Amino acid sequence: METFLGLDYPTWWFLVVGGLFSGYAILDGFDFGAGAWHLFLKKENSRRIALNAVGPVWDGNEVWLVIGGGALFAGFPVMYATMFSSLYVPFMLFLVFIIFRAISIEFRGKEPMLWWRNLWDVSYSVSSIMLAFLLGVVLGNVLQGIAIGENYQYQGGVLFEFLNPYALMTGFTTLSLFMAHGAIFLLLKTEGRLFAKLTRLLKRGMIFFMVSFAVTTLYTLIYIPHLSDDFKSNPALFVIPLLTFLSIANVPRLAEKRRYKSAFLFSSLTIAFLLVLVAVELYPVLLRSSIDPQYNIDIYNAASSTKSLQIMMVIVAIGTPLVLFYTIFVYKTFWGKVKLDETSY
Amino acid sequence: METEILARIQFAFTVAFHYIYPPLSIGIGLLLVIFESSYIRTKKEIYHKLARFWTKIFALTFGIGVVTGIVMEFEFGTNWAVYSRFVGDVFGSALAAEGIFAFALESGFLGILLFGWNRVKPWVHLVSTIGVFLGSMFSAIWIVVANSWQQTPAGFHIVGEGFDARAEITDFWAMVFNPSSVDRLTHVWLGAFLAGAFLVMSVHAYYLIKGKYVEISKKAFKIALVVATVFSLGQLFTGHRSADGVAKNQPAKLAALEGHFEASAPADMYILGWVDKDKQEVTGLKVPGGLSFLLEYDFDAPVTGLNAFPEDERPSQVNAVFQFYHIMVAIGMVLIFLTLYATFLWWRGKLFNKKWLLWIFVFAVFLPQIANQVGWFAAEMGRQPWVVYGLLRTDQAFSQAVNFVFPHSVLLCI
Ligand code: HDD
Ligand code: HEM
Ligand code: HEM
Repeated sequence: METFLGLDYPTWWFLVVGGLFSGYAILDGFDFGAGAWHLFLKKENSRRIALNAVGPVWDGNEVWLVIGGGALFAGFPVMYATMFSSLYVPFMLFLVFIIFRAISIEFRGKEPMLWWRNLWDVSYSVSSIMLAFLLGVVLGNVLQGIAIGENYQYQGGVLFEFLNPYALMTGFTTLSLFMAHGAIFLLLKTEGRLFAKLTRLLKRGMIFFMVSFAVTTLYTLIYIPHLSDDFKSNPALFVIPLLTFLSIANVPRLAEKRRYKSAFLFSSLTIAFLLVLVAVELYPVLLRSSIDPQYNIDIYNAASSTKSLQIMMVIVAIGTPLVLFYTIFVYKTFWGKVKLDETSY
Repeated sequence: METEILARIQFAFTVAFHYIYPPLSIGIGLLLVIFESSYIRTKKEIYHKLARFWTKIFALTFGIGVVTGIVMEFEFGTNWAVYSRFVGDVFGSALAAEGIFAFALESGFLGILLFGWNRVKPWVHLVSTIGVFLGSMFSAIWIVVANSWQQTPAGFHIVGEGFDARAEITDFWAMVFNPSSVDRLTHVWLGAFLAGAFLVMSVHAYYLIKGKYVEISKKAFKIALVVATVFSLGQLFTGHRSADGVAKNQPAKLAALEGHFEASAPADMYILGWVDKDKQEVTGLKVPGGLSFLLEYDFDAPVTGLNAFPEDERPSQVNAVFQFYHIMVAIGMVLIFLTLYATFLWWRGKLFNKKWLLWIFVFAVFLPQIANQVGWFAAEMGRQPWVVYGLLRTDQAFSQAVNFVFPHSVLLCI
């Protein structure tokens, strides 16, 4: 197989897709997280500030999902096809909530009535919570493996099978992680009473995360042996869980010292490390078959042709600096505390 | 079979819903660029106000366009697994390029366009508006290229057999510039400009009737009218190019568009008509030999008809394809007539005197929308029974894992 700088093309593309999904989780992670806290904020003004903190960026954040999905489709069409058709229900729910969330953000500020705003507040918050949770549920299913048979055909139940205990745990873990991450983001954007309230919410969020993370980790170690095999055979890889753990521990420490910028950096790193952990656990498999390992979908049997991957590497090489450039430009423009004006939601 | 139909209905429903918004965003985007650059050039407050007003509406169409678009992207995986596997190698790179070059450009600058009025210098804001507009134009490029590849595949070869068969890319540029991309892209772009311009005219015509914001509305109406006039005429040209292309590359589709059955005979062009598929005849108002003339400049030139193809390799919904196509063309003609007439009145200095004309413009906003929808329906249904023309049939392409599409189609409808 042709290689580039010592790695074969499917591996390169695995890294690209992994990078895109990490970027997505970090970015949409904080705005789903911020949305999840929305109903905890009681005053109209607080809610508006919280909403406008994500106002200028949520749409840009969702683009990472579009690009990540596109990259997965382009590089590993087999994976794309099987994953989306077998996890049909969670993905459809995801779409429904993503629509509701966008509509809530757009419609909330259009009318002043209290019932109107409350209605969209609830819909905004519930959809943010569900989106974070569903992402975790999908991740859990991918980690655990699903019933794939011959010809990459899914053979399990469609309706409820995705709701297994492990997936529920990863769902809660993801939700709690995003909530902590979102609370830190809001702290960067707010001042005064609202700020003080959020410091208290952040503490609760951290506890919620620690508990769910511990439970999920234990469950993984005990019941899902295939995930820890790689680590047992290659102890050097233990660096990654170690780093993950250190970066998690750093978040409450920095938050305690009120160094929220660094705390945000470390909660972002935590998300990234957790996904690196997932990637290492999986590689080179993308989707494990719970029926028989011979039906696993991995980066080789799922990949597009080398030619196609080469073309896309060129596209990515040209595109990424551009995307980074305007992402940074937008964040710089809206840096600092939220100020409401007539263009706000 | 059941599931296939449901998957198709669901896909058609969601894509049609999605396609209400992108043309509006692209079209309003063009007008925003015009308004804002006029503001920077003349420093007149009136353009500033217009730009701010239309930015708000743009935010709405854009937002819904994005979320419904995400639905579309996922549906390729959820509903068309076999299809995605078959074409992923070719089609994927177009989709990836769309994400990186187009969507990121749009959404990146969108924040500044919507919320940055007081935070950046006017020219930086203009640059962002242009960025968003170009991004939406680019996103049309890649998706139309991808769809055109399905219509007229090029730059690939087939690898593997049976279930493992798939199309692999051999030549990126041949894939991008496949025989129909350029004609269809220009046609789609102009359709989007028309959708945007007619919305602007509709809203301001309504204000003029109600006597509100009169100065500003007159200005906006005139600018949009210029855009609409130019592109209505242009649409005739790009539409003709598309029809020429279809005649060359997808003769079965062309035959369905005009309801032409005889395998090889001079073909008529209908202004209005009804196709009876069993009797193989069309009743209606026609220009005898018209289609032959448009294609070959000769009223007696033979044109390939539906009967030249086996029963299972030609579109079955001939009448629907015929009607959709004729509605589009009729609307195209109406738009040309309407905009030329309004321009004529403007030249005579009487544009805003006729209330009935303003009322027509208030409702004319639906015309380009309808034409855009039926245009796609004609193009897509005329492609049947192929998902990838000549290569992959629709009945092979739907996801076999999905055997209960129904409950959630209902979910998505609400
Ligand atoms: C990139 C590809 C692409 C693009 C840009 C479009 N379509 Fe499409 N369309 C498909 C790719 C496709 C498809 C996946 O290939 C389908 C599903 C089954 C099929 O045969 O083609 C399809 C089917 C399909 C059908 C059902 C035809 C049938 O099954 O009888 C309709 C009515 C439309 N489309 C309408 C549209 C509209 C209104 C579009 C405007 C945005 C559109 N399509 C854009
Ligand atoms: C099956 C067909 C289609 C799919 C799968 C699809 C996919 C998508 C996706 C994923 C988005 C969201 C991108 C974002 O986050 O910014 C989107 C938005 C958009 N799409 Fe589509 N699309 C389809 C058809 C089309 C067509 C035919 C056009 C143009 C002619 C188009 C033009 C746009 C534009 C301009 C946007 C930006 C949002 C907006 O302006 O409203 N799309 N589409
Ligand atoms: C004026 C006469 C017109 C002619 C002769 C014409 C011709 C055509 C033809 C032949 C196609 C099929 C192309 C293909 O399948 O490859 C098409 C598609 C389409 N038309 Fe038109 N058209 C006209 C007016 C319009 C107008 C006014 C609009 C919208 C405002 C419009 C929007 C579309 C769209 C969105 C499609 C589907 C995309 C495509 O296939 O290019 N058309 N048209």
